[in-house]
Amino acid sequence: MEPSKIADYIWEIPRDFKAGMRVTARVIASDSLWAGMDEGVINQITNVACLPGIVGHAWCMPDGHWGYGFPIGGVAAFDTEVGIISPGGIGFDINCGVRMIKTDLTIDEVLPKQKQLIDTLFSNIPAGVGKSGFVRLNRPEFEKLLISGAAWCLSNGYAWDSDLDHIEQKGKLPDADPSAVSERAYKRGLSQIGTLGSGNHYLEIQSVKFEDDCDRETAGLLGIKAEGQVVIMVHCGSRGFGHQIGTDYLQSFGAAMKKYGIQTNDRELACAPINSPEGKSYYGAMACAANSAFANRQVITDGIRKSFSQVIGKPPERMGMHLVYDVAHNIAKFEDYIIDGKSKKLLVHRKGATRAFGPGNPNVAEAFRKTGQPVLVGGSMQTGSYLLVGTKKAEELTFGSTLHGAGRVMSRAQAKKRVRGSDLQRTMEQEGILVRAASFAGLAEEAGFAYKNVSEVVNVVNAVGISRKVARLLPIANIKG
Amino acid sequence: MKKTGFKIVEDLPSADFIFDAFGDDLEELFKNCAGACFFAMTDPETVAPVIGYDIDLTGETLDDLLYNFMAELIYLKDSENIFCSRFEIKISGDHKSLKGVVRGEPIDYNKHTIKTDVKAATYHDLHVREENGRYSVRMILDL
Repeated sequence: MEPSKIADYIWEIPRDFKAGMRVTARVIASDSLWAGMDEGVINQITNVACLPGIVGHAWCMPDGHWGYGFPIGGVAAFDTEVGIISPGGIGFDINCGVRMIKTDLTIDEVLPKQKQLIDTLFSNIPAGVGKSGFVRLNRPEFEKLLISGAAWCLSNGYAWDSDLDHIEQKGKLPDADPSAVSERAYKRGLSQIGTLGSGNHYLEIQSVKFEDDCDRETAGLLGIKAEGQVVIMVHCGSRGFGHQIGTDYLQSFGAAMKKYGIQTNDRELACAPINSPEGKSYYGAMACAANSAFANRQVITDGIRKSFSQVIGKPPERMGMHLVYDVAHNIAKFEDYIIDGKSKKLLVHRKGATRAFGPGNPNVAEAFRKTGQPVLVGGSMQTGSYLLVGTKKAEELTFGSTLHGAGRVMSRAQAKKRVRGSDLQRTMEQEGILVRAASFAGLAEEAGFAYKNVSEVVNVVNAVGISRKVARLLPIANIKG
Repeated sequence: MKKTGFKIVEDLPSADFIFDAFGDDLEELFKNCAGACFFAMTDPETVAPVIGYDIDLTGETLDDLLYNFMAELIYLKDSENIFCSRFEIKISGDHKSLKGVVRGEPIDYNKHTIKTDVKAATYHDLHVREENGRYSVRMILDL
């Protein structure tokens, strides 16, 4: 049978669509987003539905697009007794994520210093291929960082006491196992803490805008008080360290699949049973990479606070530069859900999808028990981003998951053909957005037209009820890695 | 590198770098894949092949060998902080091992064209094909 619409914004692909599907696949999309979904998404999410131990449905979020292994926007939960863990359900950039820092500054205060701010940030925060960070780590210290995540930053002067409660899982995945990490990963990652990276990674100064359906009361509870308030958003991950861990385990899981008699439709979905030595080893290494990414974004936060202080001439505390939140959108986590009336521990894979726990969830910090956890949606650098909150509905419907960004509609090569990086920089400056880029070619690849309409995508999750809209964030200045 | 060595696939809405590579023999195919990888990150013509790195790899299958070769290059890029532009390799008759030297120089923002970092090679639909003595492969690199 062919895919069909089973409810507003929910499309179902039945099990007989492809041989071997253990569960149905579901895609969250408006009619127009569904019509524009590429074939790769359907092929890839139905491959996910074939994986051993998958529970419920294989989900794809409305920002979904062509990936490898899982589609980007893919969510799948696995039974911890009979299910698998797959690096292809997490991505090479383990714990790629977004963090948002607020200020008490207004756009009117910042605009006169816009150029100075972005230039200072660009010189203080390394961006682009081949750049090293300023944090010098020896191997034992790096291992401490891998076990402690953001808490390492607190001990070493890169964080405020209040920061940890404002990071998903307090910036530390448990059971990180540095012995499960290869020498190659250490060699690749040791010098990259505090660097932005490349591709679609960015650091952006933004101003708050409330659309009619934004929840301003919730915004206030999260420290977002007024239109024109200035915030900073950072999008990056675990750098070469995580990329190497993904590569290492993808290579070694080929043998594990033979050992455990697992077959997949795509080698990129290579996996091992969660409870096998191989599966546990990958989880331990993945947790190290996740913790390194939390630390990476925290060290960058320190650089942002110092840069603002340098330019504005006030200490960051007096500018109210508190962390709003930090989310992971390439990760697998153990979470409890009610399945067939019983509480069950599942391993939820999110690849280009964000956790969206609702109000009252005991796994979010006290500060968010009333609002639900903040969800940070990074749009394109031209069109802006969103602050949302998670909901109970997400916990009931999509394993506590929602979208992560706008989602691409165009390859990088096509984008580069349509616009030159230097021309795009000029156009954006005319629109009031200053851009600094490690690479002009890379800048063109991230043009707004290469992405879906972020507002349309966000409106879908808002309408389905798996997240609620809190504020829109418009770009003022952007650093592209 | 010959102009026809690889072709970027543009019509897929992917955030990744997808290319088709070709070669009259396997060494040429592998070199063209390597060239494509560094083309994603820089203009290889700006990279002088002044420092050599020995490589000695194995793979259970030809596809594995190609994947492992690409993974090695991406690893060298970060661990040695280099771009590469020349690849001198020899593949064994059973297609299970590869030896050679890759040459390049330290990444220099003043000298090299800077494009986008390559995070990893993927196995997605990775199959080396041979038709009338000519080899081809489609590969996806995660950017």
